[in-house]
Amino acid sequence: MGRITLDKVTKKFGDVEVIPPLDLTIDDGEFVVFVGPSGCGKSTLLRLIAGLEDVSGGEIRIDGKPATDLPPAKRGLAMVFQSYALYPHMSVRKNIAFPMKMAGMPEDEQKRRIDNAARALNLTDYLDRRPGQLSGGQRQRVAIGRAIVREPAAFLFDEPLSNLDAALRVGMRMEISELHKKLDTTMIYVTHDQVEAMTMADKIVVLRAGNIEQVGSPLELYRNPRNTFVAGFIGSPKMNLIDGAEAKKHSAETIGVRPEHIDVSASEGTWKGRIGVAEHLGSDTFFHVHDTGLAETLTIRASGEVALRHGDTVFLTPQADKIHRFDAQGLRIA
Amino acid sequence: MATQHSRSAARIMISPAVLLLLAWMIVPLALTIYFSLLRYNLLMPGTERFVGLLNYKLFFNNPAFFTALLNTLLLVGGVLIITVVGGILLAILLDQPMWGQGIVRILVIAPFFVMPTVSALVWKNMFMNPVSGLFAEFSKAVGLQPFDFLTHAPLASIIGIVSWQWLPFATLILLTAIQSLDSEQMEAAEMDGASPLSRFWYITLPHLSRAITVVILIQTIFLLSVFAEILVTTNGGPGNASTNLTYLVYARSLLNFDVGGGSAGGVVAIILANIVAIFLMRMIGKNLDA
Amino acid sequence: MARAVSNRRKVGYTIAAWIIGLAIFFPILWTIVTSFKTEAEAISSPPSFMFFNWTTENYTTVLERSNYFRHFWNSVVISLGSTVLGLIIAIPAAWSMAFVPAKHTKNVLMWMLSTKMLPPVGVLIPIYLIFRDVGLLDTKTGLVIVLTLINLPIIVWMLYTYFKEIPGEILEASRMDGASLRDEIIYVLTPMAVPGIASTLLLNVILAWNEAFWTLNLTAAKAAPLTAFIASYSSPEGLFYAKLSAASTMAIAPILILGWFSQKQLVRGLTFGAVK
Repeated sequence: MGRITLDKVTKKFGDVEVIPPLDLTIDDGEFVVFVGPSGCGKSTLLRLIAGLEDVSGGEIRIDGKPATDLPPAKRGLAMVFQSYALYPHMSVRKNIAFPMKMAGMPEDEQKRRIDNAARALNLTDYLDRRPGQLSGGQRQRVAIGRAIVREPAAFLFDEPLSNLDAALRVGMRMEISELHKKLDTTMIYVTHDQVEAMTMADKIVVLRAGNIEQVGSPLELYRNPRNTFVAGFIGSPKMNLIDGAEAKKHSAETIGVRPEHIDVSASEGTWKGRIGVAEHLGSDTFFHVHDTGLAETLTIRASGEVALRHGDTVFLTPQADKIHRFDAQGLRIA
Repeated sequence: MATQHSRSAARIMISPAVLLLLAWMIVPLALTIYFSLLRYNLLMPGTERFVGLLNYKLFFNNPAFFTALLNTLLLVGGVLIITVVGGILLAILLDQPMWGQGIVRILVIAPFFVMPTVSALVWKNMFMNPVSGLFAEFSKAVGLQPFDFLTHAPLASIIGIVSWQWLPFATLILLTAIQSLDSEQMEAAEMDGASPLSRFWYITLPHLSRAITVVILIQTIFLLSVFAEILVTTNGGPGNASTNLTYLVYARSLLNFDVGGGSAGGVVAIILANIVAIFLMRMIGKNLDA
Repeated sequence: MARAVSNRRKVGYTIAAWIIGLAIFFPILWTIVTSFKTEAEAISSPPSFMFFNWTTENYTTVLERSNYFRHFWNSVVISLGSTVLGLIIAIPAAWSMAFVPAKHTKNVLMWMLSTKMLPPVGVLIPIYLIFRDVGLLDTKTGLVIVLTLINLPIIVWMLYTYFKEIPGEILEASRMDGASLRDEIIYVLTPMAVPGIASTLLLNVILAWNEAFWTLNLTAAKAAPLTAFIASYSSPEGLFYAKLSAASTMAIAPILILGWFSQKQLVRGLTFGAVK
């Protein structure tokens, strides 16, 4: 069970308010990702939930019970840190056993859980090694193992993949997703990488400067970004945002079109421009188009191979039903 | 970054150390200041009475005071110069490739382990003794008149003995610092055409500044209160030629049983140490933050 | 990258370093050698370095004449006792400063260090009188208390610099894992800081072992450690070189051996954690 409610939670460091009053409900079994640029307060928010920082105001409830003043150990949450934070002087087995030892769990139960976790995480052969003798991915798994055995109400992940190389990151991403499906426990996951957010989350919380910009499923955020910030942050490559006369035509202050929603042609279209950089990936082709008179650069994503090169003149046509409109405050116009 | 809980825990955990040191500082200090205003002699119990600043007046009017003050500064300054300069040179030598570096390092550290009373006795009797010391033997062997170090150059001799004790410390810290110098920086300077001397001056020495600061700080703490070496070798003499403030106060209070006068000396020593400390702390505060 | 150096230069460095190293070590070596001579040979002219009748009679004499083992035991109790007590007080303090730094942490640390600057003579008299009145004069307890207090700032400082190197996330992890503050310090922090604690312990045992101001002034016959035992050879026994040497060797040997065996920790400890 792990339903977590934040009620008007605020955080100040001295006089600086890093999190203005914030409400959020995380349902039991949900995989929630906090995403945002660095310094947006997402890690602070996670640490508030963990109890590693005090809230300056408001209330945190876990499963309906007030947890605001509980020390971290009493909240029934487990955390996986960015640096893994393994105990270097203990073997893998002792690392995983540590939270159970602290809880005073009987030895045979400890052993049973360690063996289960080790099997699930492919760590059986490494139980007697020290963290220093493991690879980055293995350390990551030990950190997860240490979290699993406690059977916590919720798992907290603080940028857990940022210390891994790109290939390993994709693999671990899937492992964590599978783990979530298997355990069906609440997970809160902090990242600055919107790809991780999109691929893993049931629910994404987009944060900027301590404010929640939007909460929703990945596709909701993709289809209906509530403002220009979310529009620009979610989706890769970024959405093209166009101001001025062209936006006025759609009776908006700003319009946004995702790169994959612009058709490209060598002969005809709504907009005209010149290709700067063309990236041919085989499966996709990306064009960075200049001199359109709309924005400095427009990014276009075309499926498959397209035979256009640097310096070519191109014509672009946005798909009419995929144009996002925003007002002067940057808010979406429905 | 922490919670209220851990902050209050932190305050509780630091308080024994803080309270003990506070007590250790304030109680004796207050008593010393109090005693310094009394006529108080252990041989004449019951005759204590308030005499104001008389003890200070007597202490300052005593020519021994200025000798002792000067000796203290000469002792600290002399030893610092010898050990820092010697330490840098020795550290650079030990940083060079050689055979048996580990053993040489053991040999060089050894004097640090020798207690002050032992080193003072050994140097006094077996080396500096004008009749049968090794130095006298050496002088005789080359046809010179043996020199009576502790009679004719008592302070210099003590500076020598103390330097021998502290040179290992300086060398070791500076060696550790030199070894942490990025060799690519040196190679870059060499490529830029810097001579060995200018490489030392512009790269090695600035790199060592923090280590030198630590050496000066720690050594000053210990050197201001050099005592056993003087007690064992010269008893502060001849006359007051090798009496430092520490020894002067000791002689006053525990040899002459003049608690009042001794305490006044103690207060003066504290003020002197504080002046030195302010300079040092300024310097360290700057260097340790970096 | 170590650079290839011509062997000629390496030979030069080796010779220079060995000459200087042996010169610095010579007084200790000479003391040890002399301790195995007879008194007559010890002052013979010219002195002999190797070729004399090696004898251990000086050691027997010293042991017979004075209670070496009691002084030795006093030294052990005083240096170890004050260091361990100091560590027990300093570990929590250093934990606070390293992991829950407040605005004034740096100042507190500097202040602690500044108490080290307080010259012992400045406070000798009150301590002497207080100790006399409460009966701590010439007791091991009294010396343990004093040496704990005078070395506490250095212990705190050293531990602080070692603790600073331990990532705070690991302690936070233990907190998440349900460890109480006590568990956190005993099971996580202390084992991780073992090398640093060992260096601190070693250095402070040596400092306390060799401390000669308080030990000389606050003890008489009963609690006198080796520093005071040796000071009694000041004169006129000091002229009996062989016996002086034997007593000196016995006084410094324990620390010399300890120091050499634990050189690696000690080198780190000697730099007071301030130089890497």
